[in-house]
Amino acid sequence: MSSIGIASGPFAHDRSSVNRIMLHVCLALAPATLFGLYLFGWPAINLWLLTCASALATEAACLRWLGQPLARLQDGSALLTGWLLALSLPPWAPWWIAVGGSVFAIGIGKQLYGGIGQNPFNPAMLARVALLIAFPLQMTTWALPQPLGSAGAPGFVEGLAITFAGAPLADGMSGATALGHLKTELTLGHSAEAILAGDFSLLAALLGNSAGSLGETSELLLLLGGAWLLARRIIHWEIPLSMLLAVLLLAAIAHQINPGRYPGGLYHLASGGLLLGALFIATDPVTSPVSRSGRLIFGAGCGVLVYVIRTWGSFPEAVAFAVLFMNALTPLIDRYWRPRAYGRNARGKPLPVGRQTNPLNQEGKP
Amino acid sequence: MFNLARIRGGIHPAAHKDRSAALPIGGLPLPPRLYLPLRQHAGAEALPLVKVGDRVLKGQLIAGSPAEMSAPIHAPSSGWIVEIGPILAPHPSGLTVNGMVLECDGEERWIELDVPANPFDESPLVLAERVAQAGIVGMGGAIFPAAVKLKQGTRHEIKTVLVNGSECEPYLTCDDRLMRERAEAIVDGARLIQHILRAYRVVIAIEDNKPEALAAMRAASEPFGAIEVEAVPALYPMGSAKQLIQSVTGREVPAEARSTSVGALVHNVGTVYAIQQALRHGRPLISRVVSVAGSCVNNPRNLEVLIGTPAQALLDACGGLSLEPQRLLLGGPMMGVALPSLQVPVIKGATGLLALAPHELRNDQASPCIRCASCVDACPMGLLPLEMAARARADDLDGASDYGLRDCILCGCCSYVCPSHIPLVQYFQYAMGKQDERRSAERKTEYIKRLTEARAERHAQEAAAKEAVKAAKRKPADKPTSEVQS
Amino acid sequence: MLMATLALAVMGLLLGSGLGLAARKFAVSDDNPLLKEIEGLMPGSQCGQCGFPGCGPAASALVEGQAAVTCCPPGGVALAEKLAELLGVTLDAGQMSAPLLARIDAAQCTGCTRCYRACPTDAIVGASGQIHSVLRDACTGCARCQEACPEDCVALVTQAPTLDTWRWSKPQAV
Repeated sequence: MSSIGIASGPFAHDRSSVNRIMLHVCLALAPATLFGLYLFGWPAINLWLLTCASALATEAACLRWLGQPLARLQDGSALLTGWLLALSLPPWAPWWIAVGGSVFAIGIGKQLYGGIGQNPFNPAMLARVALLIAFPLQMTTWALPQPLGSAGAPGFVEGLAITFAGAPLADGMSGATALGHLKTELTLGHSAEAILAGDFSLLAALLGNSAGSLGETSELLLLLGGAWLLARRIIHWEIPLSMLLAVLLLAAIAHQINPGRYPGGLYHLASGGLLLGALFIATDPVTSPVSRSGRLIFGAGCGVLVYVIRTWGSFPEAVAFAVLFMNALTPLIDRYWRPRAYGRNARGKPLPVGRQTNPLNQEGKP
Repeated sequence: MFNLARIRGGIHPAAHKDRSAALPIGGLPLPPRLYLPLRQHAGAEALPLVKVGDRVLKGQLIAGSPAEMSAPIHAPSSGWIVEIGPILAPHPSGLTVNGMVLECDGEERWIELDVPANPFDESPLVLAERVAQAGIVGMGGAIFPAAVKLKQGTRHEIKTVLVNGSECEPYLTCDDRLMRERAEAIVDGARLIQHILRAYRVVIAIEDNKPEALAAMRAASEPFGAIEVEAVPALYPMGSAKQLIQSVTGREVPAEARSTSVGALVHNVGTVYAIQQALRHGRPLISRVVSVAGSCVNNPRNLEVLIGTPAQALLDACGGLSLEPQRLLLGGPMMGVALPSLQVPVIKGATGLLALAPHELRNDQASPCIRCASCVDACPMGLLPLEMAARARADDLDGASDYGLRDCILCGCCSYVCPSHIPLVQYFQYAMGKQDERRSAERKTEYIKRLTEARAERHAQEAAAKEAVKAAKRKPADKPTSEVQS
Repeated sequence: MLMATLALAVMGLLLGSGLGLAARKFAVSDDNPLLKEIEGLMPGSQCGQCGFPGCGPAASALVEGQAAVTCCPPGGVALAEKLAELLGVTLDAGQMSAPLLARIDAAQCTGCTRCYRACPTDAIVGASGQIHSVLRDACTGCARCQEACPEDCVALVTQAPTLDTWRWSKPQAV
């Protein structure tokens, strides 16, 4: 009475695959990544390679240990997790940050929950937050941009020394991120306008020539990659849009009320990991809601939290915290914000029989 | 002209229609034997009216319908009934179904047909009954008895009759060719249906990827004002009744209700053609147009085929197979079923016979769900296929129902787009089967309970009666009853 | 000291009377409502396939945990699921044995009527001197007829799948 071995329809398929989705995202990250690697030189290249490689190695070890096919490594999800983690790390972080972070992300953030598709939290962000709390010093030491080939940039050997031997950063090679700088200066009693007028150039920030995590600095290149993903329908527009709008709106309101304390929306947009988070991290399908309304709520929630923590929290940057917090709410959002089914009202009850849903087209004529 | 309402979700599968759509409908030599399942329709199995050894004429009634929800079967050709018993069913399980085997004598001698006078002079119920007697079922694959739908006109106000020429399944072009070649007959059939249902308007809906069919139908319906020909967007599953009604009338059929609740009724063009043939010429449904396609078929085309013709004969008429197909399908690649062998017959609901190569098929290797929500975006019913499948997998049938299983039309859009290649539709079919099983087990328990109670009551009554008789016998003088005296 | 003693005494008194009242108010009567509910769910044909003398004893065995929720073949999966939910146990559907149906060998049947008199659900039809046959919808597979048949012509068979009973299986787990 059963049908094991009998295939059921549909027999056609659009040829999509998990592997293709992951590689598309990696490809979309490539411009911003390449720029970051150029900007921060050899230590950043080491860091990126190490993080991706150790993520893949951890995934392989876990699959082997769990008795799952090693071919699953090919789905690209471990590579993407490592990649995203690398982009969110300080570019000159030591090797053990990279390796430890990857092991944490894949081993604890993903495989411990049952592997791909099962993790409630974004593994890369989980690892980043764990590192930030465990190693605050290393995670907040920001190298200033030293593009490859420029005068002060470390060479290959110096790069190895920075990554593997923990060579200390020379004075003048490190600085604060825009967000960190603002936070510090505000506590010293300076006004936001004055601080920003001194150091902050919107265009430079958008182009990415500033201190920050490896992949977050160039907003324009991130936007380019994100737009391509949107066009390819790999990610949905709801989360980035509602997340960015929420930050912009809150920042604009606060700025209107007290420009001396609160910088404007564009400053937030161009600083820190907001765009990287909105386009590539909050949109992680596994940990975000599945319905359109759910995604709008999720994105708006992320945006509000980013703004609140950035402005009133004790950390200058908040994207990872905000995304993780909303990840925790995803099952709840999925439960209560479902799409309206055909022939039913929003609460799942059948539409009343005999009432028309579109009075214009009842007879086909307006 | 008016703006068509958008349906939600849907997919744009590669059409693969060009080759078979280019050639006119062909015929094929009379096969030596025809295999006729007694159930080619939704509802009760037809009852044989002939015996093994009987000679039958083409068009002769050979199995009658025992209920309203059933359809009779007619001999597709003249010859002898050589077998009545189980024959291989056109079903993926490879199980058999009760049927008849007709050995053709090659004479193709028709039974004398009762050709009706002008059908527009007859009452709708008489016409509907004629359709019922012609054994016509939904020929788009739904196999719902057509007459049952036609009788809805007496019970409900039907505003719009939709003639479904959307043919949204890939590969299939039988409706396309039928509309191009027999447009007048289809329009005539549509007018007859309008007459039967007393409908205000008739809309012939055709996907906009069939310009020739649209032009032919527009030309044929020109003289009749009440018939509109509408181009609907080529989007699978436009051919599903609910989606077509939404697209053309802008209204959603309420959940758990029928199309008639929004004053609409949908008939496939093949069905409309068969109805016209029955009402104008008295011909029962004994043949249909079938698309033979797929990259393994040498010369894909449409064939007009007698019901009961083995699949092998269709392939032979199309030049045979160029390479060994990985899968044989009856119907389209989205909602069709895998065939166990080429010996199975064409039935009334068979829209196509496909021989597909590996590159045309879904990869069966599934991987875990990544919750990408592609299935949610593609679902034309606004359901959550990933949640339904997860619950079906955990045997949580009520949960699956709550997340949309009760509304699922099994169109397969979700499986089509799933990057993890999860057989979502099979999960749904599994859960629906389980629900059926549960319901029938509950019914049986109830029934057995009733039987047991009735039996206990009867025994008690019998015992009481016996007791009474005994008591009466013991004291016959006291109370003589009629029972004792007799 | 006095205050503390008093306070404790008063508290003890209050809590004690509260407990006493609760015990009266929420007292569970001797007849277990669960037992009644389960008895109501059972088919009631007293067929004995569960190994208990009838549906009533089977229900009490279920409540006491002496019987598996899958013990009732006539009730099938539907009953087992309901019982599992009521009793709070997890159901292993694999334990369900396939339902059996009685089949009478027409060649040997003498029409003695013993089987249909024995049938608890009137599932056998026929008359004296005529071949009997089994109504598959009403048969519970209890084997009473098999025991009653003097000709040994009743067999209990599992039902072969038909297109009506065939079901899609669950896809292989990924």
